Amino acid sequence: MLRYLLGRFWQSLVLLLLVSVIGFAVLNLAPGGPLSQFSLTPGMTQADLDRIASQMGLDRPLPVQYLDWLAHLLRGDWGRSYRDGRPVLDIIWEHLVATLLLMGVSTAIAILVGTWIGVLGALRRYSIFDYAATVGAMIALSIPTFWFGLIAIYIFSLRLRWLPAGNMYTIGNGSFGDYAIHLIMPSIVLALVNVAVWSRYMRTATLDVISQDFVRTARAKGLSSRRVLIRHILGNALLPMITLLGLQLPTILGGALVTETVFTWPGMGRLFLDSLGYSDYPVVMGLLMMSAVLVLAGNLAADLTVAFVDPRIRLS
Amino acid sequence: MTQSDFLISTHARQRWWHSRAVRRFARHRLAMFGLVMIIVLVLTCVFGPLLLPFDDLYIDLRGRFSPPFTGYHFFGTDPLGRDIAARLFMAGRISLLVGFAAMVISTVFGTVLGIAAGFFGGRIGTVLMRFVDATLSFPNIFLLLAMAAFIKPSPIMITLIIAATSWMEIARIVEAEVRSLRERDFIVAARMLGLSNSHIMFRELLPNAIGPIIVAATLTVARAILLEAYVSFLGYGIQPPLPSWGNMLNGAQQYLDSAPWLAIVPGAAITLAVTSFNFIGDGLRDALDARSDML
Repeated sequence: MLRYLLGRFWQSLVLLLLVSVIGFAVLNLAPGGPLSQFSLTPGMTQADLDRIASQMGLDRPLPVQYLDWLAHLLRGDWGRSYRDGRPVLDIIWEHLVATLLLMGVSTAIAILVGTWIGVLGALRRYSIFDYAATVGAMIALSIPTFWFGLIAIYIFSLRLRWLPAGNMYTIGNGSFGDYAIHLIMPSIVLALVNVAVWSRYMRTATLDVISQDFVRTARAKGLSSRRVLIRHILGNALLPMITLLGLQLPTILGGALVTETVFTWPGMGRLFLDSLGYSDYPVVMGLLMMSAVLVLAGNLAADLTVAFVDPRIRLS
Repeated sequence: MTQSDFLISTHARQRWWHSRAVRRFARHRLAMFGLVMIIVLVLTCVFGPLLLPFDDLYIDLRGRFSPPFTGYHFFGTDPLGRDIAARLFMAGRISLLVGFAAMVISTVFGTVLGIAAGFFGGRIGTVLMRFVDATLSFPNIFLLLAMAAFIKPSPIMITLIIAATSWMEIARIVEAEVRSLRERDFIVAARMLGLSNSHIMFRELLPNAIGPIIVAATLTVARAILLEAYVSFLGYGIQPPLPSWGNMLNGAQQYLDSAPWLAIVPGAAITLAVTSFNFIGDGLRDALDARSDML
């Protein structure tokens, strides 16, 4: 068990290293480069730019810059923002919670609704409900999340005035209910795509389990269909879904970024866009790394959970 | 001879349109709906601008914010008084073209890389596939925006960076397919005949893996259109005055209350196009019986 754990952990670290090389290359090989932001300042001469470059170490060869950056990263120093000089990690930390909150609530909604639709679709295969769920999932996958957000704001904030159009809380009111009301729209908008994906896979997983012998045995033993559904079918169909949840993480995180921009949600997505606008390279790089860390950690956690929960997997 | 002949024809004499796959595809109602919609969309975008009395760049400040169906403005006008229908069709040309071109580039690149990785296997294959894994562990929208923000945005560059962030899944699908085909008898036979590696890769392996590739390519068009729309919506994609479905939505949010049609019309066009491609992809998967773990 320990060996498997270490092996997976090691793989993730190697992948993370690759990710950092790719991210660093993308940002630094782009024309303009980190200095483009400073060249906009009025009265800035080439000599000034050269001095800034040498102060920040930007005149060194790229591989040296990368190793230097990596060495600092490993010591917990993710660099400082070009915008306000604050440590990158602190800034990301502030925005991480908002994103995780949005992702968490939205994923919980997606899992509940998606499981319900998927299981019901599998139990009543080829019924009108099943067919509608299939077509509905395909359409849900095709609607641009940001457009869906705009339409939701138009209907529920501007016309009906039921829900706030953006932000995480009302200034001066930070109560639990206030947060909850602000969470409703963005989390449902973000959940839409995931409900579609989750329900499709859940339907397949349930169909796989239903036709197996132990379900027939359970029914033959005279267990109530409710008990068979919950203990035997749902329990086994949900197992492969844990892995799916891990694999879906990049999509959910990307969707969160999209949703945050529409709902001015103060999370990592908004920070990413703001930093892009300022050419704030250290923060952009930090966010790329943080998103990869989240994704890889999520996948690792999913694999480990499956390994612990599923007694059929022997890890020796 | 089209590519599909390789896969589809089961008897030498049969025409491709008599084949089982084509018949199965034609019976798939949603796929046929998608196909018809795409044809209608393409025709409208190609010929629509010629039939409208307005140019997509003509500015009429006195007629700004006209709601839909005022005079000949079927979809109304935008904050500069430009006809939205005219802009929608011109934007459709660009959005569909960018989506299609990005699909072609990423499919070719992903396929070649996937075949090479699957065929050679060993260390080269492992390195290539780890690279794919690494790029897939970013949300691709992050990578796309990071690239789009630092380049000079032009339709060609946007197409290239969308392709650069969407070839990985095709590479993964093709690699898995090729790896499963590599030890089959006909490949062993081809090797024993002394055929060159490139012949085996592109004349033996590629035709046998074409089903999943076609399905993945169709879904890639859908995703590329969505990605372009999003990047342009944020202002990093196609730059005005050149219209695209995405940049028509840029700025629509601030007029959401007074002029909701600015947001509704282009978004509906995107949804229609993407849904259609997804339906076609679904029908192709059923028709070609491609085993794929995607939806």
